[in-house]
Parts: sequence; structure tokens; C-alpha cells
Amino acid sequence: MEKFTVHTGRAVPLRRSNVDTDQIIPAHWLKKVTRNGFEDGLFEAWRKDEEFVLNRPERQGATVLVAGPDFGTGSSREHAVWALQNYGFKAVISARFADIFRGNSLKNGLLTVILPQETVERLWELTEADPTAEITVDLEALEVRAEGVTAPFEIDGEVRRRLLNGLDDISITLQQDAEIAAYEAKRPSFKPRTQTAA
Amino acid sequence: MGRTLAEKVWDDHVVRRVEGEPDLLFIDLHLLHEVTSPQAFDGLRLAGRKVRRTDLTIATEDHNTPTLDIDKPIADPVSRTQLETLRKNCAEFGVRLHPLGDVEQGVVHVVGPQLGLTQPGMTVVCGDSHTSTHGAFGALAFGIGTSQVEHVLATQTLPMAPFKTMAVTVEGELPEGVTAKDLILAVIAKIGTGGGQGYVIEYRGSAIRSLSMEARMTICNMSIEAGARAGMIAPDETTFAYLEGREHAPKGEDWDAAVAYWKTLATDEDAVFDHEVFIDASELSPFVTWGTNPGQGAPLSASVPDPADFTDPSERVAAENALKYMGLTAGTPLREVKVDAVFVGSCTNGRIEDLRAAAGVLEGRTVAEGVRMLVVPGSVRVALQAVEEGLDKVFTAAGAEWRHAGCSMCLGMNPDQLAPGERCASTSNRNFEGRQGKGGRTHLVSPQVAAATAVLGHLASPADLSDRVSVEV
Repeated sequence: MEKFTVHTGRAVPLRRSNVDTDQIIPAHWLKKVTRNGFEDGLFEAWRKDEEFVLNRPERQGATVLVAGPDFGTGSSREHAVWALQNYGFKAVISARFADIFRGNSLKNGLLTVILPQETVERLWELTEADPTAEITVDLEALEVRAEGVTAPFEIDGEVRRRLLNGLDDISITLQQDAEIAAYEAKRPSFKPRTQTAA
Repeated sequence: MGRTLAEKVWDDHVVRRVEGEPDLLFIDLHLLHEVTSPQAFDGLRLAGRKVRRTDLTIATEDHNTPTLDIDKPIADPVSRTQLETLRKNCAEFGVRLHPLGDVEQGVVHVVGPQLGLTQPGMTVVCGDSHTSTHGAFGALAFGIGTSQVEHVLATQTLPMAPFKTMAVTVEGELPEGVTAKDLILAVIAKIGTGGGQGYVIEYRGSAIRSLSMEARMTICNMSIEAGARAGMIAPDETTFAYLEGREHAPKGEDWDAAVAYWKTLATDEDAVFDHEVFIDASELSPFVTWGTNPGQGAPLSASVPDPADFTDPSERVAAENALKYMGLTAGTPLREVKVDAVFVGSCTNGRIEDLRAAAGVLEGRTVAEGVRMLVVPGSVRVALQAVEEGLDKVFTAAGAEWRHAGCSMCLGMNPDQLAPGERCASTSNRNFEGRQGKGGRTHLVSPQVAAATAVLGHLASPADLSDRVSVEV
């Protein structure tokens, strides 16, 4: 996983609540068997509208998405995170994220930042008025900064440590092999098995 | 202090607990399908890892599979590649797979329970948000992303952030014609699509206790639509009766030991939930959605709401956008909304009881002219049972299409899709924009409402039909 420490970039203000993962990446894109190549599917239906914020010339190259509450609801598809990253987003700011989407994003190094809705509104106003305005997402200082805005945010300490160091969950868990084996040894015999162990 | 059902199951699966770190939980059952697993297997291959517990892992093909001509090569080459990838991965890593054409194939959340693999007190995961379905057995069942799928394949564990507990208590009796689907749609409309965020919901109360296992699965299935991490129902005699004798249910002494353990799982009387919601079952009626998220629903007897009546500004904007997308006008009675298509199926309502309910309404009636109705059983086993009971004949005689098992039009990954602008009454779980096909418009309904809607051509309940029949008589 790529490290995340501090990122500064221009923003895309997305004034929509309940942006579900079917909107972020429609189902017909999920037939791919790779983690890349999803950028053209990002918000595919909405991008058919020339006026959609992502299509505006002044938003090209923006890397911070500022969205309405309940971002990433619905399907567990991690393709939604890959699509945002493939497109170039490094961070998403919202007042509330769906759990599975948030988990997926943090495991891929896409930083999802929870800020109060009033701060989101200020970031919308700022970046709508001035498309060149930059937002800094600082995971070291646990702070989002923009002109006239300094907003602290919280994140689980262990998740932060893994993001700052680009650590991969699986290799960390595999270090606990003895504990996993000890747990396995005491599982009751009535628990079901799908097949005889290989 | 006592513990809740969810806390007990969680505690029994902690492999490692360290202050300041998420608990590492052991996973009892890992379900796989073709869409969210290929990148996970790729990750294993790249790191030279294997599947730690092939005996706790099972795969099926469902999201992408066609429901017609299943004996022919799959026409869409991209879909075909994805299914072939799953087959290759399962063969390479030693995972049991039920592919298209196999008698145990079907929607992953229908297959697990019917094999008896889903049992009380287990942890169940799958790269699919509707894994919450399995909570109906008193299992702690989470939908996970592909990175977590890879993590479980490699370690059979998952580090999980702590959760909060919510009780949704439903007391009283559901009125005639009101189903589990109506109940859960009403719950979601009440607490909102984000209302369950961070919570594991436990459904309790006399109305829940009186539901069959299949109806309980419908309830838990849609927990995710309220944003919840999972949904659960305490195991009881209904659960044990459903499980006894199933292929993977414990046998003999193991059965007795298992039941004794399962009986300890119910929430203690002195346990405290972080949040409680109370619902009077007797006040419920058939419920349908009018918008583009599952929280935008109303009783069938109501009208399309006016966005101006929403006090919350983001809800107001969401309602405006939804009406525009859905092509609806505020104030229109929901019963006057005409449909082009009806879909009966999915992990929410694709089990045998759902098909019986829909067939019961359709028997001796016909699908309205200009309405296309698709009936897609949740699994091959469900299909075989339906055929044995003659339900397929009821559907085809009424003019509906009887298809092969799969996810089908619930998410329109296969050819079963709505055309732009088409309106569908669907027994599935999501009414998101474009969910059933680009530009398609979805109203979530129960199987009974779906069937009555198919007959009348507009949103309707079976009660609307009986009036008509009695007039004709």
C-alpha cells in the first residue's frame, strides 16, 4: 500500500448526499479482474452530463473530493475505491461514510476524512468560488487546512500508523500465526466444514 | 453487566486483543463469488500465499451468470473471463466451487443457509454487502471488500473495529398481507440509510420471533441498506428446526453440543444496547420505495412526497433529485404509478417462500398487457423445489418468464436489465439510480406486492386484487 502522510491538491465539490457505490462505479464495470482501468467508469452516469462538476475544465487534475453525507453506501465493491484512485483522487472528505467503503478506502491508501457537515459546506463554498483553491489533508497533524479553514479530524490510531507507514494488513496478521493456530486448535468440533481439509 | 447476542459472538471469536489495536477475529465461514474475488486471488499469488482454510471456504457463481441458455457458452466475453477466472482460482487454491449448471449453484446468500453451512454463533464473511443475510441465524455476518477477502483467504481472520449495538424491537402481529419486506423497508425509512452506521442491529420482539427463517433472512439482508455493519436475530426453535438434517448441520452428539451452545447466545436480560428503536407491527402496511435510496419509502396507500416537506436540506435535495430521476410528481398516489417490469428474485426475496407468495397471488390471473415479469429463483435448489410444487407453471401460465438461478436483475450485471426510463417493481434490495440497468427506475416491494403489481400494471397489493375479484364474482 502507498503511504499517506500529507497531501495538498485542488478539490471537486460534490453537492450530493447518499452517493452509493453503484453511482461511483456501475455494476457492468465489475466484470474486470484487475485493480486498474476503472477511471473511465467513475461516476459514469453523471459524467454524461457536460455540466457535471467532474467534467468542468477547472476541475481537471483535482485530487480531493468533497462530498455530501453518507458517501459510499450500498454495495461492498472495492472497485469504487480503485475507480477514485485510478482517476487521481487521494482523499475524500465527507460528514459520514458508509462503513464498508471507509474500510476499503483506508486499506488502499485513499484517505477518507470525516469532518462536520458545516466544515464540508465551507469547503464547498471556498472551492466553488475559487476552483484553484487548494486543500491540505495532513494525516500527521490530523488536520485539514484550506484558506480560512483549519479543521481537526480523528482516525483510529492503528489505521493511521499503517497508512503513515504504508503497512500491509496481511503481513502484520501473519505475524500472529501462533495465536491463530492456538485459536483453531480449540474450535468446537460441531463447527461446519465445506470440505475435508487439504 | 450482561452481553448482547452480537457481543457474545464477537467475544467467542477474538484471536488476539491488544489495547489500541482492532480485535483480530477468527472467521468461521468465507463465501466467495466471481466479482469480488479475482483481485484477492491475484494478491495471494503475487505474495506466494495460499488459502489457509479451504475447509472453511466455499464459492459459487451468481452475480454475472446468465439466466437463459445456461448450457451455452456465455455470450459476453468479459463475463465469461470473470467466471473462468473464478474456476481457475478455485482449482489452483483448492476451494470448493459450485459453478453454473451445478445443483448447488445460486446466489451466495441463498446457498450458504440451504446447505446448512450458516449456523448460529458463527462469524461469516463474503465480499458482498448482503452478507448480513446470514445474521438471521444468530451469526455475526459482515460484507467485506476485496482487500479483506484476500486477508481472510490468507489468514482466516480479520482485524475488526469495535461496533455499537442497536436493538430494533418489533412487537405485535403483522397485519394480513404485510411481510418481512414491508417491515424492513419501514425500519429503513424510519432510521435512514445512515441510521445504522457503526451498529450491529439485533431484531427482537414478538413480531420477529413469529417469522420463519426465510423471512428473518429478508430482514437481516437489508440491514446494510440502513448502513448497519450487520443484522442479527437470536437463534430459537425456528432456527434449530430449519437447520436440523441439512447437509452441513451438526449430527448426533455434535448436534446436541451445538444446540446447547446456541441456546446461550441470546442477549442477556440485563444487557444494554447503545441505541433502541421500537416498532408496533400492527401499524405496518405494505411498503414501497418512491426514490433512489432504500430509505426513501412510504406505505403503498400514501402519495409521492413533496420535497418541500423535508426539513433537512440534504434530504430535500436528495428527494428533488430522486423525483426527477424517477419521473414522479409529488402528490401522485403511489397506487397510480404504472410499471413496465416486475422482478421477483434476489438474496432478499428469491427463496421458496417468496416464490410461493408471488405464485399464490398470480394463480388464475395474468400479467397485465405491456408488463414484463421476470421470476428468478435464488438457487438451483429453490428452482427445483418450485418446479416440484408446480410454481413455475403458475408463473408461465400468468405470462411471466421463469428463469435460471442467479442475481439477475437485482444489479443488472448479466443481460437481465431495464431499458432507460423503464419502471420496475422489484423484490430486490436497492433502488439506486441505474441499479437495474442504465436509466432504469426501481420501486422496492414485497413478493406479494410485486405479483399484484404485475397483474394490475400499477403498484398494488393483493388486497386490491381481491376487491376486483369479488366484484367480478
